[in-house]
Amino acid sequence: MKKEITRRDFLKKSAGVAATLCLPAWAACTQDNVEAFLREHFLELSPQQLTKVLRRLEKENLKRFGKAGTIDATPAMKGVVFGYGLDISRCIGCRRCVHACVKENNQSRKPAIQWINVIEFNKESGIDFGEADPYYCSPGSIHNKAAGEKGSGSSTQELSKEQKAILQNPESQYPLYQINAEKPKTEAAGGCKVPRADHFYVPVACQQCKDPPCVKVCPVKATWMEPDGIVVIDYDWCIGCRYCMAACPYGARRFNWSEPELAAEEFNPDTHYLGNRPRRRGVVEKCTFCIQRTRKGLYPACVEICPVGARKFGNLLDPESEIRYIMKHKRVLILKNELATHPKFFYFYG
Amino acid sequence: MLLALVFIMGFPLSLAAAGNEGFPGEVQIPPPPFSEGIFPCSNCHKEMPVNPKRRILKDEHTGIVFEHDAKNRWCLDCHNANDRDKLKLASGALVDFSESYRLCGQCHGTNLRDWKAGIHGKRTGSWNGKKTYFLCAHCHNPHSPRIKPVTPFPAPVPPEGKFLRHGSAGK
Repeated sequence: MKKEITRRDFLKKSAGVAATLCLPAWAACTQDNVEAFLREHFLELSPQQLTKVLRRLEKENLKRFGKAGTIDATPAMKGVVFGYGLDISRCIGCRRCVHACVKENNQSRKPAIQWINVIEFNKESGIDFGEADPYYCSPGSIHNKAAGEKGSGSSTQELSKEQKAILQNPESQYPLYQINAEKPKTEAAGGCKVPRADHFYVPVACQQCKDPPCVKVCPVKATWMEPDGIVVIDYDWCIGCRYCMAACPYGARRFNWSEPELAAEEFNPDTHYLGNRPRRRGVVEKCTFCIQRTRKGLYPACVEICPVGARKFGNLLDPESEIRYIMKHKRVLILKNELATHPKFFYFYG
Repeated sequence: MLLALVFIMGFPLSLAAAGNEGFPGEVQIPPPPFSEGIFPCSNCHKEMPVNPKRRILKDEHTGIVFEHDAKNRWCLDCHNANDRDKLKLASGALVDFSESYRLCGQCHGTNLRDWKAGIHGKRTGSWNGKKTYFLCAHCHNPHSPRIKPVTPFPAPVPPEGKFLRHGSAGK
């Protein structure tokens, strides 16, 4: 009987041949690249292989940013399933979480990729995604068209010096008020301020579904749910087909359409393999509950920056946790309940 | 006139040391956000006679906009008349500024309960360990507690295209 050649064997052999035939001038055929091509799936890597992969990626970082940083692969804690709570009666739509997330998670600055989308709704229609305005207080706002205006609010994408200082040290934003502040003379003074009258804000990022449609459709198993409930992506396994983006009912996934631009001085060197390590063009990314922080016991960056304390985080399996207190004592809702994706991201009224 | 305010960064007060009940786990609270040079109040008030008459202050503290049930209360309902470095509960008991939440919780009991559980207000630190709480007064001006509108951080750029529902987001 003829022996079947498996796809993996074939690839290994042919890549081996290719590597041998490779001329030194072919830069692409470095040992590292061959290794990267032939490696196993993340979940099948032995500890030794994993270490090798991590060190190789750190070497790449060094080349790209001038510093290697650390890429770890801290596994999930036992007896922990993460859950998130967001108090929509407190959120003021200040978008600090959006930019703290970008800073923490090494997103591309140009084109700007943001994992959190803060959506403005008007109180009259409630959570109606047809009326949603993620561009409030900028020229792209849907209200500008309605009012026939060219655009109110700032069009700048650059953070001001004060805003950068707040991101650098979230505690410096306290107290949130000036103790001897005078009342503003007019409403319009000072440009577009939030919360705008008669509106409320719902920040949306990955809902970390218990039954995630994005995972079901991935043809190469580049995205999966970890034991602590975080849906992760292996950026080195992703083929960029974007099926997951089509499947996600929350629009939470982002695609690197071009080579992500991240300045060396903005590179956050504390990274996790499945989280905030720098990405390349052609892969999908999304919120990971700051896996590099939360698996070490820290709160996610968005929780730390939120000036009004609307964001809550904890272990769903611990009856004493903040998130369980919310589910027990508050009115909780999840987005698009009817789709049975079972998010672990709970909105509540505090 | 807006007075610049200095946030006093110091060693946070450990609640365990203060002997408070009802806090889950290990909790720290940073010191109260006083304006620069205003505390201790006794620096000025020590030599001054107490004037218990309800009035509008004309000489000092003129920058304070009082919008906290102003119809029914005034300074000495919360500030202790005889020792200005303390706050006064309705019972007459005195509390430090670092424990001002006990004063606020007299009326806002549900908020105090949620705050202790870590739901109302912000926590930083560790979700499964040491946390930093913030006092009510870090977010709410005690004299005018409503959160004031702020300028939001930059908005995302709308994608270009004609298919968007409102048609304005692109071009």
